[in-house]
Amino acid sequence: MEAVLFILFGAIAVCGAIMVVTRKSPMASALYLILTLFAVAALFVLRQAHFLAAVQVIVYAGAVVVLFVFVIMLINVPEDRLPVERATTLRVLGVLAAGFFILESAVLARRYTMPRGPVEVGTVEAVGRALFTDYLLAFEITSVLLLAAVIGAIALAKRKA
Amino acid sequence: MIDPSAYLLLSAILFGIGVVGVVARKNVLIILMSVELMLNGVNVAFVAAGSYLGDPAGGVFAFMVMTVAAAEAAVGLALLIALYRLKETIDITELKVLKW
Repeated sequence: MEAVLFILFGAIAVCGAIMVVTRKSPMASALYLILTLFAVAALFVLRQAHFLAAVQVIVYAGAVVVLFVFVIMLINVPEDRLPVERATTLRVLGVLAAGFFILESAVLARRYTMPRGPVEVGTVEAVGRALFTDYLLAFEITSVLLLAAVIGAIALAKRKA
Repeated sequence: MIDPSAYLLLSAILFGIGVVGVVARKNVLIILMSVELMLNGVNVAFVAAGSYLGDPAGGVFAFMVMTVAAAEAAVGLALLIALYRLKETIDITELKVLKW
């Protein structure tokens, strides 16, 4: 059962990702990005990481992609002024580099075996316990990062040109 | 129970597709989305490795990556808006002021 669901959601995630990088219109890309993010959230559920799946949907699909859609509509680039994409050497090199990377990871992943403990590490309890004990400093620094991001975003976007 | 290497391979594929998007596309918006794809691919590896090894650090780091991704999207899109106001373009190859 798990294998079937993994293949299903994995295929959805990969197809969505391919559509994100190949669509001409940024709005189509953003919608396919939502598809991929939901499929990845489903994969998190398969690994018993329910909390992370919920955060994935809320933060990514609910905040980050909405921000993208908002900006796409705000700047509203006309169809004929979208950048012209051509099959350049750079594109071939990019595909080659990604292919090599995936091949290399496949070889490494085959070699590296992990114990198969039936553990729940992505639940609210497990993540919360780790986050507020061992990783408390990292958690606190995260709040500084978010503050910096908020201030930076406002300062950059609000400036009169 | 499926093999952990399947998750790692899927993670690598998502990351690789993100790399293609960042290297090959010219639209800044799609490049930013490809960066999100790459971060998501890494998250798959974090969550899978964490749950197979029984270490909650996997979940915690996936959480941190999500935070960084949100901050990155906010600042990146703000930069994009400032850029579009100034240059009226979202083509990354036309942004070569710093190129000597």
